[in-house]
Amino acid sequence: MSEELHEIRLSVNGAVHELSVPARRLLSDALRHDLGLTGTHVGCEHGVCGACTILYDGAPVRACLMLAVSAVDGEITTVEGLAGPDGSLSPVQQAFRDCHGLQCGFCTPGFLTTITAGLRDNPSPSRDEARAMISGNLCRCTGYQNIVAAVERAAEL
Amino acid sequence: MTTKLMGTKVARVEDDRFLRGQGRYVDDVLAGPHTLHAAVLRSPHAHARIRDIDVDAVLDLDGVHAVWTYDDLDGPMAEPLPLLIPHPALTHGRTQYALANGEVNHVGEAVAFVVADDRYVAEDALDRIRVDYEVLPAVVGIDKARAAEHLVHDDVPGNVGARLEQHNGDARAAIDAAPHTLSLDLTVERSACTPLEGRGTVARWDPDSGRLQVWTSTQTSTGVRAAVAAKLGLDLGGVDVITPDVGGGFGVKINHPWPEELLVPLAAIRLGRPVKFTEDRREHFVSSAHERGQVHHVEVGFDDEGRILGLDVRFWHDHGAYTPYGLIVPIITSTQLLGPYKPGAYRVVFESLYTNTVMVTPYRGAGRPQGCFVMERTMDAIAAALGKDRAEVRSANFIQPDEFPYDQGLIFQDGRELEYDSGDYPALLEKIKALVGWDDFPARKAAAAAEGRRLGIGLACYVEGTGVGPYEGAHVHVETSGRVKVATGLTTQGQGHQTVFAQLVADVLGVPMEDVEVVTGDTRRMPYAVGTFASRAAVMSGSAVHLAALRTKEKALRIAAEALEVDEGDLELTDGVVRVKGAPESQISLGTVAVLSNPLRYAFDEASKAATQFSVGDPGKPPVAEDDEPGLEGTDFYSPERSTFASGMHAVVVETDPDTAEIKILQYAVVHDCGNLINPMIVEGQIHGGVAQGVAGALFERMAYDDSGQLLNASFMDFLMPYVTELPESIDIAHQETPSPLNPLGIKGAGEAGVIPSAAVFAAAIEDAEGLCHPGLAITAMPISPSELFELRRHHASEEDS
Repeated sequence: MSEELHEIRLSVNGAVHELSVPARRLLSDALRHDLGLTGTHVGCEHGVCGACTILYDGAPVRACLMLAVSAVDGEITTVEGLAGPDGSLSPVQQAFRDCHGLQCGFCTPGFLTTITAGLRDNPSPSRDEARAMISGNLCRCTGYQNIVAAVERAAEL
Repeated sequence: MTTKLMGTKVARVEDDRFLRGQGRYVDDVLAGPHTLHAAVLRSPHAHARIRDIDVDAVLDLDGVHAVWTYDDLDGPMAEPLPLLIPHPALTHGRTQYALANGEVNHVGEAVAFVVADDRYVAEDALDRIRVDYEVLPAVVGIDKARAAEHLVHDDVPGNVGARLEQHNGDARAAIDAAPHTLSLDLTVERSACTPLEGRGTVARWDPDSGRLQVWTSTQTSTGVRAAVAAKLGLDLGGVDVITPDVGGGFGVKINHPWPEELLVPLAAIRLGRPVKFTEDRREHFVSSAHERGQVHHVEVGFDDEGRILGLDVRFWHDHGAYTPYGLIVPIITSTQLLGPYKPGAYRVVFESLYTNTVMVTPYRGAGRPQGCFVMERTMDAIAAALGKDRAEVRSANFIQPDEFPYDQGLIFQDGRELEYDSGDYPALLEKIKALVGWDDFPARKAAAAAEGRRLGIGLACYVEGTGVGPYEGAHVHVETSGRVKVATGLTTQGQGHQTVFAQLVADVLGVPMEDVEVVTGDTRRMPYAVGTFASRAAVMSGSAVHLAALRTKEKALRIAAEALEVDEGDLELTDGVVRVKGAPESQISLGTVAVLSNPLRYAFDEASKAATQFSVGDPGKPPVAEDDEPGLEGTDFYSPERSTFASGMHAVVVETDPDTAEIKILQYAVVHDCGNLINPMIVEGQIHGGVAQGVAGALFERMAYDDSGQLLNASFMDFLMPYVTELPESIDIAHQETPSPLNPLGIKGAGEAGVIPSAAVFAAAIEDAEGLCHPGLAITAMPISPSELFELRRHHASEEDS
């Protein structure tokens, strides 16, 4: 018994990739294991922790709750695609560094993508809005105080 | 002039790669189609005999490379996993097999192992395995374990794995003679570390070099290496264990070897292909480890000032189905319970009990949160009984600053005396009172009450033995480029070791920090190491790194003195050069010193020409002196006589909703003494994270087992790990620095401090808000949810009515 494979094209961080995957292959697995973009992390595989959050046409989406075959129509941005073309850290990335907003770094990619989208929609969040912006992502290391500070710092940069 | 980096908020060197998605976690290693993927069939029953396992239906599944049960294991692999920390009191220690041998003792225990092209196919294969179980009665919870109506292991009477008693003085007599006595029954429920990255192992057998390489998400690479070599019958020298970036540990990854840490390497050898196992979230809940679950009975006798004359504690510790990590957690509870206090006499006895649940190994705090909860509840109860201020009662029991070193008269988890090295508890108390506004709180509470609001305040103190032995080591190597490579064997799970160890080396060698590169947890670079636990990394490896850097400096100065023809004492190391004090034009770069340290026959670049046999050395002497060795390197080890004792106090102000019983955190304050700080930013980050786990354990997280041993909340949907919305917006932190006399840097551990007093401090504050402190304690079990608080109110209201 061999699984039926589907030829698909994924547009990730501005590059188009052709790959052949079973219908059940999660987008998170396709990104990580088929395309080698291991910056997107998988923390729960049931959509709660947010570590695997990517941007799909700019909107934050859980890559573990999406099938690769259903991600063919949009533009995907992963954490690897956040830095500037010259390699400089994006304001959100820089703010995380400035504010000690990460420890083990495992949940960080999901926060970075989520906040990137959040600040695009609301460039000057209040403290409460900054907290709400990250309220769907789990972090076990930081206690979130420095992540909230990083949201506020990124808004200034 | 190089600025001293110790004590400064240096930004982390780890961050750049993490922020770009270029961290390398275990599941990122050997990504690609050549790597095979493993999955594990796990027991659906808490307690059962395995009558038969039928794997026939798997054999014709495309893409499956191996399916193993216990019968496929032989030699040491067919024996139980190691009991890592034996103890004379652990008379009935039991460990699991890599794959269940005829019996399963908790839901989630490994039964069969499949290797396939990818994880999807491997899980398809698991679905086709048929296991015939004879289900046995499950023992769940401490009450059932104590009742021993059923046994977890047939050959462990009463489900008692161990019984240990320690005492200092005659507590019973002291209590009997005391003017006041109280007894308390206290409970702390199970919780778990729950790092965002679960367990994972990748192995590759290299037939060309005859070596096994294992990458594993562990807190001890040397421990895994020794276990893999022993179990697979390999020479230690033929096994490399590399700890890549680790997505959080908090204790659970110190246990080893997990079944998969042995099965994956074995499969890599047998199949000749790299093999990877990555645990999923549900697996982490049911097949790694938990902690915390204990029930305590306290009897205490005290005088009119609240001074404890005698303290007698009996407790029961639920260690789950197996005891690979020995008695570490209950020993820590039983000793660290004493905190900063000096009771007149103390006796503690515990029983460590088997249940048909996931085994218990240390979780950040490692038994201290339970001990602290018990001691601090006792302090609150004494204050309530005497009508005294809770801070005052604590103060009356403190060890005083002039009493150090203070011997508590007990044996600690490392087999050494429980002797506190330094501290200043009265000063800490003054600091926390000022920070939280303790003395002004009654007025604040009254003002809130006038508005119909319920505010309460709680305070809790702890002492934490950190930096336990036996040792850690470090190797410092200055390359001819002047760049410095540092290796220490313990592992890193987000604590910023690459940053803090680089700070220490840069300070000693006078080099820019960006020239220092630190590697942790790679047995190829440092084969002698213990691991990362017990807040020991900064103390142990930090000290070792410092000592190794000093050795390197010593050698650099000696070589430079010879080259510059000056006295060593006239030299200084700064900005990457060795120069003559007062005559900075007379200097030699550290890279050139490295060149000179290694007499060469062959030149490979311009710099190395300076070190060849016709350029350097006294022709009358051997090129490398008898007591010397080539290279600008230094290795050293730090092995302390005993642990160093950090301390601290937390205070919290909560508001409880009069209608819904919701519990809101208004203010959280921490004073903390971990001796000299290496990087205050990182220490505060550790406190933030610890407090988050403390709040989680006090208000939200528990392991909800049903009577049949099913874990009902084994997902992030149901296990209430806090989001930002559940945690305090800010934490007020003040440091006190009482240096440790036991290590060269005067440091103490900081990793676990944030979590230890949380259950205690919340119980006290909620009780205060509710006005339930008198006459007896109302809150005796943690965590507490709004519905439990609601029930507690109803219970007390009905008691008052009757």
